[in-house]
Amino acid sequence: MTSVFRKFYFFVVALFLALPLIVVAGVSVNQKQTLAFPPEGFSASWYGEIFLNPEWRNALVASVTLALLSAALAVAIALPLAWFLWRRVAPWANIFQLLGVAPFTLPPVITALGLLTFWATAGFYGQPWTAVVSHAIFFVTLPLVTLSLGFTSIDRSLVEAAATMGADDRKIFRTIVLPLILPYIVSGYAFAFVLSLNEYIVAYMTVGFTMETLPIKIFNALRYGYTPTMASVTILFVTTAAIIFGLVARFGDLPKLLGAMSSDGK
Amino acid sequence: MRREPPQTLGDYSPLLFPAAMLTIFFVVPFGTMIAVSFFQRQQGGFYTPAFVYDNYARFLSAFFGGVLGFSLMLAIAVAICCVVLALPFTYLLTRMARSVQVVWLVALLSVLSLSEVIIGFAWSTLFSRTAGITNILVALGLMSEAKALTPSFAAVLTGMVYQAFPYTVLVLFPALVRLDPTLTEAARTLGASPLKAFFTVVVPALRNTITATLIMVFIFALGSYLLPQLLGRPQHWTLSVLITDQAIYQSNMPFAAAMAVFLVLVTLGLVALTVIAGRKGEAA
Repeated sequence: MTSVFRKFYFFVVALFLALPLIVVAGVSVNQKQTLAFPPEGFSASWYGEIFLNPEWRNALVASVTLALLSAALAVAIALPLAWFLWRRVAPWANIFQLLGVAPFTLPPVITALGLLTFWATAGFYGQPWTAVVSHAIFFVTLPLVTLSLGFTSIDRSLVEAAATMGADDRKIFRTIVLPLILPYIVSGYAFAFVLSLNEYIVAYMTVGFTMETLPIKIFNALRYGYTPTMASVTILFVTTAAIIFGLVARFGDLPKLLGAMSSDGK
Repeated sequence: MRREPPQTLGDYSPLLFPAAMLTIFFVVPFGTMIAVSFFQRQQGGFYTPAFVYDNYARFLSAFFGGVLGFSLMLAIAVAICCVVLALPFTYLLTRMARSVQVVWLVALLSVLSLSEVIIGFAWSTLFSRTAGITNILVALGLMSEAKALTPSFAAVLTGMVYQAFPYTVLVLFPALVRLDPTLTEAARTLGASPLKAFFTVVVPALRNTITATLIMVFIFALGSYLLPQLLGRPQHWTLSVLITDQAIYQSNMPFAAAMAVFLVLVTLGLVALTVIAGRKGEAA
């Protein structure tokens, strides 16, 4: 295809993807509490508001805590499972792989409703830790897929050599497997973290009435009208995601990671 | 170390924690939801164990039939728009330098990870009267005065295409990376224009991938629950919105569960279709 057409096409796509964010970035620096673009005056105070206003700060802390913990739990579930599937021949164990991918493949409202009925029946509805478990299950797919990919890239002869020299499973895991798999653990954690930070429906259905995460806070605030803090939070989130994915790309092989992710997701 | 079947019970121990977590917090909740879908609803948001089909029967009304039809139609429209836009884009992207690809992939992932709340807010801002796109058109002299473009069907569709476009690119990416570049080169050598080579070589070679992608994006779009609320009118609400509405605001858990079970069945049927399409692709 001609390069003029290609440049034009890429420009249009870039504009489509960036335009809403440009406008939001614009309104986030309005001087007054008005929804105006181009911005009237300039003020960074709406960014300060995220950290200074107790309501927004609490939501930020809740979101970050939730994302840190649930991503860690998701990795803790995915790592032994992916290791077992790589180390052992046990075809029936693939059912757990399938279960790990299912919550992410189904429409999110289904997982959310399932967890809501479950927590309500079990009597834990509304407790903060239920959101951590819920998010970990909902996002376990991401570390599971990156780790499965990571394991397939390990040269088995390395492990074989260690075993011949008398290392047991535990030692092999610590000295050979873990260092090789670490980049995949980190990227799996990063994906789960960013998505958990942005997740709305599962968090809303499980702890929506007792705790406010940032997406819940934005949605609740939207119902009462507009405040520029929503815009500054949006820009904060996009920037965070771009930095984290940029780091994953800088220290890992992003095209390869995505090449396998989608084919596994099918 | 070769892969070997587990010898002792201890060899199974790594499986213990993941299996327990996935069973207790995914399989059991799923079962709970199915059970609740047959329960009897009581006044005041409670429900009692029973085995009734009322919740499913209620679903067979003209109103919910209409909602279902609209949800499916909207998801199909989103899937078609996304694949039509993303296929040439992804094809061109895979032919670019690696460093350029990485920048685009980071950008696409960042947009993909955005909360629906945020996408909804961003587009409602862009479509608003005071800060929206119409102000630019007014400044350019193309419109006489700024106006709000939301709520409307076009706004819902745009927001959902925005949400699903990065997903579509990332689903298409691996298949297009693996596409043999000599195929198009051969077509070009034989005198086909780039456009003709794309439509006569690339598109037919990817027929199964395109089918599978359409279905995956369709399922993805079916899950959208906030954009129809934020950018549309009540008649633009989808099944996902209604499920949330019934569960949270109407406190009718059994009915919400019944609708969710129905949505699972639709989704699973489509996943099965995707797998079959994928199998055919491998065989070809």
